[in-house]
Amino acid sequence: MESRLCHLFLKGTFKTLLGLSIIFVSNIHAAVPLEKKAEQIILPELERREIKQAEIDTEDFEIGFFAGAMSIEDFGVNGSAGLRFAYHVTEDIFTEITIGGSKAGETSFEVLGGGVNLLTDDERLLSYYNISVGYNLFAGESFFAKRAFNSDLYLIAGIGNTQFAEEDHFTINVGVGYRFIPKDWFAIHVDFRDHIFNSDILGADKQTHNLEINAGITFFF
Amino acid sequence: MRIIIFCLIAFRALSGGLAEAKESFLEVIVADPYLEMHSGPAIGYPVLHVVERGKKIKILLRKTDWFKIRTEKNKEGWVYLNELKQTLTLDGQPIKLRDVTIEGFRKRSWDVGLMGGDFEGAASMTVFGTYYIAPTLSAEISATQAIGNFSSSILGNVRLAAHPFPEWRISPFFALGAGYIKTSPDATLVATVDRDDPIAHVSFGANMYVTKRFIFRVEYNNYKVFTSRNDNEEVEEWKAGFAIFF
Repeated sequence: MESRLCHLFLKGTFKTLLGLSIIFVSNIHAAVPLEKKAEQIILPELERREIKQAEIDTEDFEIGFFAGAMSIEDFGVNGSAGLRFAYHVTEDIFTEITIGGSKAGETSFEVLGGGVNLLTDDERLLSYYNISVGYNLFAGESFFAKRAFNSDLYLIAGIGNTQFAEEDHFTINVGVGYRFIPKDWFAIHVDFRDHIFNSDILGADKQTHNLEINAGITFFF
Repeated sequence: MRIIIFCLIAFRALSGGLAEAKESFLEVIVADPYLEMHSGPAIGYPVLHVVERGKKIKILLRKTDWFKIRTEKNKEGWVYLNELKQTLTLDGQPIKLRDVTIEGFRKRSWDVGLMGGDFEGAASMTVFGTYYIAPTLSAEISATQAIGNFSSSILGNVRLAAHPFPEWRISPFFALGAGYIKTSPDATLVATVDRDDPIAHVSFGANMYVTKRFIFRVEYNNYKVFTSRNDNEEVEEWKAGFAIFF
């Protein structure tokens, strides 16, 4: 008895489900032509899309590396290298963080003295960081192989620290540089910088000018 | 083998996606009588092309306030922000382009910057980052290096600052903070050991909006160094610098 009731109940459920599904399916069939019709009536000419600011790629940051030569006052000219990171605030003004280093050679006193060493090997390492503000003085074009490329001649000045002979020296830097921009995302730099700091390594405290010239590449992002 | 095929398909899909992404530039319609296209992203560059009203252009990229665009005739050039503000999206809506003005300065949420100055006779340099909890209240973290003739110090500080008039172009602030100072004497001169001391400070100063994202800042700090000796030291510092806000 119980199983018969169960059977009837199941049969009922099955029929209901079947009925519902038929209604549902027929409804879909009924809806399709309507939708098609609607599409034909108000077929949008242009696709709507959300405009977000992020869709435009900004290229205000610049990161790269350089290598060159640095003249450390009294210690000769030696190779130097470093990294630069810049942010372009306006078309004219940018800020730049530079870290770099070089290794001092021998003073003429050491060369002539023979065997005299003023500094140990570790003390000869020079490293610096500086934060500067640059101004694109001559934004322009440079012509190369029948093509015009954008370029900037900029003035730059800033403050930082130079560690030399295991001492910290407050350093002012001033310079001029040339930025050649072959691609929107890529630039070649030639940069001339004077690192000015007071030093007492050779006895008396004096202001030293340490000139650096380097070339490098940077990437905009 | 399957893995290789899968990788190849994935790579194709990915590279295809990238290529597609590269080409999906924002397209707008010129609404002004014409747009001037400069040869470079600065006002001094010559105008080489002009686009007329009603023409479609693609915005390729932005450098500071200049936009590199491409016309339907595949000419490329740089257009200034103010000119592009008049363009419309393909739906006919005015375009929304980010422009930084003094309003942005008033509503800034954070800034980073650099200051240089005088730390009781030593040259000091500070980098700082500020987060604005509200326009009138900010939290700041900073690192300072002070380089004197006989020693150099490194300071790390955190502070809270009140900005009572955030709507002013020159907005004053008052701050209270605490941190740590590490002083190292120059190796060649004085034979003493490094010192680590806690430090607290009161400060006042002002932020001035210059242009775009640029802020000029001046401040005075009065530090109290809690030394392990009998007397606490007092150090005065003046400094000025700039910040960029976001």
